[in-house]
Amino acid sequence: MQLFSCPFCGERDETEFTFCAEAGKTRPEPAAEVSADAWARYLHFDHNPKGATREVWLHATCGEFFLMERDTVSHAVSGSHSLRRPEA
Amino acid sequence: MSARRIRDSGAPLAFTFDGRAYEGREGDTLASALLANGVRVVGRSFKYHRPRGIHGAWSEEPNAILDVTIHGKTWPNVRATTQRLEAGMDLRSVNARPTAEGDRLGLLDRLSPFLPAGFYYKTFLWPDWHRFEPRIRAMAGLGRLDPAHEPPADSPAMNARCDVLVVGSGRSGLLAARDAARAGGSVIVVDDRFEPGGTMLHREADGAERAAVLAGDVEQAGARILSRTTAYGIYDHNLVCCWERRDGAPDRHWRIRPKRIVLATGAIERPLVFADNDRPGVMSAEAALYYLRRYGVLVGERIVLAVNNSRALGLADALREAGAAVTVADLREGASVDAVHGGKGVEAVTISGKRIEADCVLASGGYTPTVHLFCQAKGKLRYDEAIAAFVPGAPVDGISLAGAAAGDFGDYAIAPAWPNPGAKGRQWIDFQNDVTLKDVELAARENFRSVEHLKRYTTLGMATDQGKTSNMNGLAAMAAVTGRTIEHTGTTTYRPPFVPVPFTVVAGRRRGQLFNPVRRLALETQHRAAGGVFREYGGWLRPAFYGGGEADDEIRREARQARETVAIFDGSPLGKIEVFGPQAGAIVDYNSYNTISTLKPGRIRYGFMLTEGGVIYDDGVTVKLADDHYVVSCSSGHVAGVVARLEEWRQDRFDPAAVFVHNLTAHWATLTATGPRAKALVAALSLGVDLDDAALPHMAAAQGSFEGGAARVARVSFTGDRSYEISVPASKAPALWAAMNEAGRALDAVLMGSEALLLLRAEKGFIIAGKDTDGTSMPHDLGITGPRDKRQGEYVGKRSLFTENALRDNRQQFVGLVVADGGPALPTGAHVLDETGGKRRSAGYVTSSYESPAVGGPIALGLVEQGMSRMGEEVSLFHLGKARRAVIAQPCFFDREGSRIDA
Repeated sequence: MQLFSCPFCGERDETEFTFCAEAGKTRPEPAAEVSADAWARYLHFDHNPKGATREVWLHATCGEFFLMERDTVSHAVSGSHSLRRPEA
Repeated sequence: MSARRIRDSGAPLAFTFDGRAYEGREGDTLASALLANGVRVVGRSFKYHRPRGIHGAWSEEPNAILDVTIHGKTWPNVRATTQRLEAGMDLRSVNARPTAEGDRLGLLDRLSPFLPAGFYYKTFLWPDWHRFEPRIRAMAGLGRLDPAHEPPADSPAMNARCDVLVVGSGRSGLLAARDAARAGGSVIVVDDRFEPGGTMLHREADGAERAAVLAGDVEQAGARILSRTTAYGIYDHNLVCCWERRDGAPDRHWRIRPKRIVLATGAIERPLVFADNDRPGVMSAEAALYYLRRYGVLVGERIVLAVNNSRALGLADALREAGAAVTVADLREGASVDAVHGGKGVEAVTISGKRIEADCVLASGGYTPTVHLFCQAKGKLRYDEAIAAFVPGAPVDGISLAGAAAGDFGDYAIAPAWPNPGAKGRQWIDFQNDVTLKDVELAARENFRSVEHLKRYTTLGMATDQGKTSNMNGLAAMAAVTGRTIEHTGTTTYRPPFVPVPFTVVAGRRRGQLFNPVRRLALETQHRAAGGVFREYGGWLRPAFYGGGEADDEIRREARQARETVAIFDGSPLGKIEVFGPQAGAIVDYNSYNTISTLKPGRIRYGFMLTEGGVIYDDGVTVKLADDHYVVSCSSGHVAGVVARLEEWRQDRFDPAAVFVHNLTAHWATLTATGPRAKALVAALSLGVDLDDAALPHMAAAQGSFEGGAARVARVSFTGDRSYEISVPASKAPALWAAMNEAGRALDAVLMGSEALLLLRAEKGFIIAGKDTDGTSMPHDLGITGPRDKRQGEYVGKRSLFTENALRDNRQQFVGLVVADGGPALPTGAHVLDETGGKRRSAGYVTSSYESPAVGGPIALGLVEQGMSRMGEEVSLFHLGKARRAVIAQPCFFDREGSRIDA
């Protein structure tokens, strides 16, 4: 059972979190200009690296989506960061 | 008789074993009590039904597994060495009928040449294996489950954090705990034995007193000691799970998160491998000392002590003092154990060619550090020649080892005595799973040489003791057979749990309703009082129908009357997700297939929500209350999912400061009036809403009040009849329920459950997303193509509606099906057949099917390939061996022109 760190709530049990996506994935738009290949890559393909990875996770308990850096081999969590834009 | 009690202490406790009465003592384990009574055969082996006796002292015990009945309840596969005896216990041997002593299947042992390693793999072969497999399986195995005994779901779950967790409360563990606690850390000590002290308690003359003093120091320093608590697994990020046994209270499950773990888990003695080393009376030497010192039980009168190490050699004097005649066979000096004589107990032993009368053989092949938890945490081992055992290698973050677990055996000398391939006789390596040296040799010959292959092919180390006594001998045997070193041969992977842990402990109270709690309506009491029969729908417990008659009759009665007068229905679980803020319209539009924001305030639109893959995720209506305020009314089972996706897009795509998503589903109760007299019923409630159809047409909403609180009235219909959904704060639900029932009396209103509503909506061809659609259904498969063809701008799933797959011309489309063979309603799930080309294949299936009182016959909905262009075509259906006929039709069976919506 892993311990993940929500940037707002601190360390919590992994059962409170949901994986959302690999970080850096951008939704291709507008639809009319997106090739079938590009859309398929967006929908179905991930890098799934062995080792260091950056991912978007949801802390379901507080509802915040955030960025987590972790290692898929050692399961070490090296950082978690808010995705909120800076206050204008 | 052989073993006996030489020192009495504690009150007598009566118990039975295999139907015979015995007497144990307060404080006994099942094993010490059986030994004290001279019981030699305590069970039969897993495969060959060989008689087996008690071998070990604690959790390493491979043989003494018993079914224990106490207070009328049977607990299977209890390890006799770790279970305290209680008065009145009825103990039964496993895999033996009628008794362990007189097992009828004992002759199976003579067939052992036909039961080699990998027997199952070689025997259970296609095509005939199913004919004999059940009978063979019945001959093997362990305890029997008592089907009448469902253990209570009462184990508490404990969570703890600490600076240091010490596993093991022998001297090393207690010292580590004392030092850590004195240094100011929070410390927990767990140990699976009855009290702290470990081997001090039987190895040292005044060990009990010294252990008590040391444990007192540890507690004085502020540490907590949990005895009878097994740390059975280390999981990710060093979570340690423990199983605690308590007197007079249910077991507890601990999840402990320490900053640092000290493993002081000691070492386990290995058996020696010689011919017939599994005979009752052949025991662990360490165990003999344990039974003598802790329970006053001397395990034999004429004992042979066969050892290869200095630690076990020291036992001889203690046993002689207790009155036994002891013959030492020191393997380091060239002695050998050639044969054990006697079937159901040792009668004599041949040592170095000389026969000696004996009733007990104590064998010690050396000690192996208990590194299971270290290895579970991905720790690597190295082989230490000095102690002839694997010891912890490179350190693991946050974990240290102390004492014997670290390979620190103190003053210890050993000459390895590993299995000797090619030796005569049947030499047991794994007692519990009946694996012999010959089996290991056979596995090597058949090229299962890796220890992981060896384990799976022979089942060595796979029993409930997980090879605590057998793994080292097994891999040493494989090393010898293959000419490799022990270090090169390596160990199998260590996995949790360290000992079998009851599922009841892991599950705790999460069983039944607490495992998957249902959501309950604010009006459940009122529904029950009105005769509601409840079923679960999408996690909600809702009235399926009312009344005590046959379900089908009551459902049809409700459906019929709903079409004639007015029905009152509790729709409270319907989603009420409020979306506020300047970007509310934009996010609601992006979330749905249909544009919502173009509505006038106070108007409602029906539409789909798609996945990014273009598949219909949910359908429902959205109310626009104001330009910056919407209510998304999704289906009740999808509320959490719709909230989650709205929240995801809110944070990812929109400005989180400009739009809020708030789930108020449980805050509002919704009661629906539907039917020709619905308007009259709502009018009687005096909600302060203009009910004139010009002011409140179909798909419009209005704000009113009820009993001093807010009331929302929405004209939305899932029945096809004039309907009003009235939402009030949940606290007002009982008053609204009473008022609607009161108003309904004069109108001959009927209470309607979920089943009748499901029927009424099917008559109209209204879908249930996920029932009448599946993981491939897109809006155009239901004939809704407007947004796809015309809508500008982005929405979830848009691009997927234009892929090659989405544009296929043989997609399954939503249609009605009319029974054409005069039979009853079609079975839901029946396949629509495509028989072109002489081959049968499924071209779709029935998704919903009912006997409709309004239509006066069966109706069905389904998904059929190219169905929308095959109206009027008769098709064959097939379900569980039965053929049916039906005609493809429009999915609406009732009031096609929609005149009843305003009737």
